[in-house]
Amino acid sequence: MMDRSGAITYPMTWKKPPYIKNGSIRRSIYFFSALYLAAAFGTMDVNWTRVAEGLPRAERFLDAFFPPNFADNRGVVWDGIQESIWMAIISTVAGILLSVPIGLGAARNLAPKYIYLVNRAIIALSRTFPEIILAIFAVKLFGFGPFAGFIALSIGTIGFYAKLLAEDIENMSEDQAEAIKATGASWFQWINYAIQPQVMPRMIGLSVYRLDINFRESAVVGIVGGGGIGATLNTAFDRYEFDTAAAILLIIIGIVMCLEYVSGFLRNRVQ
Amino acid sequence: MLRIEDLNKKYPTGDEALKDVKLEVPKGQVMALIGPSGAGKSTLIRCVNRLVEPTKGKVFLGDLELTELSRWKLRQARRRMGMIFQEYALVERLTVMENVLSGRLGYVGFWRSWFRRFPGEDVREAYRLLDRVGLMEMADKRADELSGGQRQRVGICRALIQNPDLLLVDEPTASLDPKTSRQIMRLINELCDERSLAAIINIHDVLLAQMFSKRIVGLEQGSIVYDGPPEDLTPEVLTRIYGEENWEATIGKVEEENEEEDSTISKAAS
Ligand SMILES: Nc1ncnc2c1ncn2[C@@H]1O[C@H](COP(=O)(O)OP(=O)(O)OP(=O)(O)O)[C@@H](O)[C@H]1O
Ligand SMILES: [Mg+2]
Repeated sequence: MMDRSGAITYPMTWKKPPYIKNGSIRRSIYFFSALYLAAAFGTMDVNWTRVAEGLPRAERFLDAFFPPNFADNRGVVWDGIQESIWMAIISTVAGILLSVPIGLGAARNLAPKYIYLVNRAIIALSRTFPEIILAIFAVKLFGFGPFAGFIALSIGTIGFYAKLLAEDIENMSEDQAEAIKATGASWFQWINYAIQPQVMPRMIGLSVYRLDINFRESAVVGIVGGGGIGATLNTAFDRYEFDTAAAILLIIIGIVMCLEYVSGFLRNRVQ
Repeated sequence: MLRIEDLNKKYPTGDEALKDVKLEVPKGQVMALIGPSGAGKSTLIRCVNRLVEPTKGKVFLGDLELTELSRWKLRQARRRMGMIFQEYALVERLTVMENVLSGRLGYVGFWRSWFRRFPGEDVREAYRLLDRVGLMEMADKRADELSGGQRQRVGICRALIQNPDLLLVDEPTASLDPKTSRQIMRLINELCDERSLAAIINIHDVLLAQMFSKRIVGLEQGSIVYDGPPEDLTPEVLTRIYGEENWEATIGKVEEENEEEDSTISKAAS
């Protein structure tokens, strides 16, 4: 690019190079994605008359919810909440206790290959099933009640916590780990001095977050027979006591919001 | 003190980082290891304490053959080799005191270290070392609150509290400003003198190497191409180690200039 006097001129426009370089591949990806989405929405057949019938029903539903009735079934509701809180706490604690060895074993930079594979398999398995399926299994095995819920939530916790722990360990600073190893520390001392300080803050935040999840899930697990507030909620619906159900839902929302606040606070503190 | 015989290291990627390296470092000698990036300097010192497993060859610490030790024996042998890192490698979320005391992990049991209840002598030694490097008041600070120079001094304390026979030092000054670099090098030298420690110091700065050590070893592509006193580092030798370049400005007067103002590390420094 030279003008007549021989000086170099530089372009005055610049465009960001596209992520997918090949133009025809890029355009066909856009085209087929758009086509698929259009077809997908097209196949979903919305029956507008049914929607129209549903809306007034929703209104009646909401009417039945209000005003929420905190008084009539106070005893049962209180028992259910206590059971849920208890279930959430012990399943979080038990799940995390089991997650620590599994998470250590599932970190590629700590464990030998076969231990790594076994632990990854355990994690994958417990992540495959959502809590509600785990709860259905547990109820079949151990009968109705909070014990089944506890088992389901503990297994769910393992899939969540061990995976994130292993990933955090894999992302740790290699230097710090090497430095402690070079002092002649034993394996457990090495974990305690080099690994634990690096992963602890995030893990504390995640354990409160998991407590929050387990409390919410305890409401779902209860519906299939796993005890706790979910069982109470289910009974309330079965008996058409919508005002009590509304009260229960409000209480769940309140507790989840509290936990949200606590976990945010804790995360800031431990950084 | 340290004897390396025909050491070879080939990484799984195919890089031949060390080729038949022979080296002997007597007790009390501070040896500088220089060489271009990728020459194998870090690999060499890591093969000594087996953070990297050598492919072939033997390493002796005194009479002990390090290269054939079982894991358990290796752990005990590592206590005798202190290591100092370029990026300090302090555990950032632990306090300065915990970082220093972690140098004693090879000597204390698991539960003692878990509850941070180290023997009284260890704690006293930790305070003594921190005072020696001018960081007495920093003991309870978290390591990530310190400046680079301060961190490196904590790293030195961690290595020395092991009560080692040998120091392995990997580019201790590469992340520091010129003045702090000199202070750190001087500190390492003084401490080695006080305890008559042998040391291998990897260093990029030829001038610093000449100032602070009596023996310089040049490594190039995994082989030793120079081994001798700092005075003999002529432009020809540097060309042999690093390749063609104008070396006249790099080669310093070998006598260390006396800068009174920082001849010992002052507590206020950095
Ligand atoms: N973990 C590793 N895996 C594969 N190859 C490696 C590894 N570490 C080092 N190497 C290779 O070995 C050779 C020597 O590397 P080394 O880190 O020992 O050099 P160095 O002299 O310390 O360099 P620098 O001055 O840049 O620190 C290089 O070619 C490098 O690519
Ligand atoms: Mg290096």
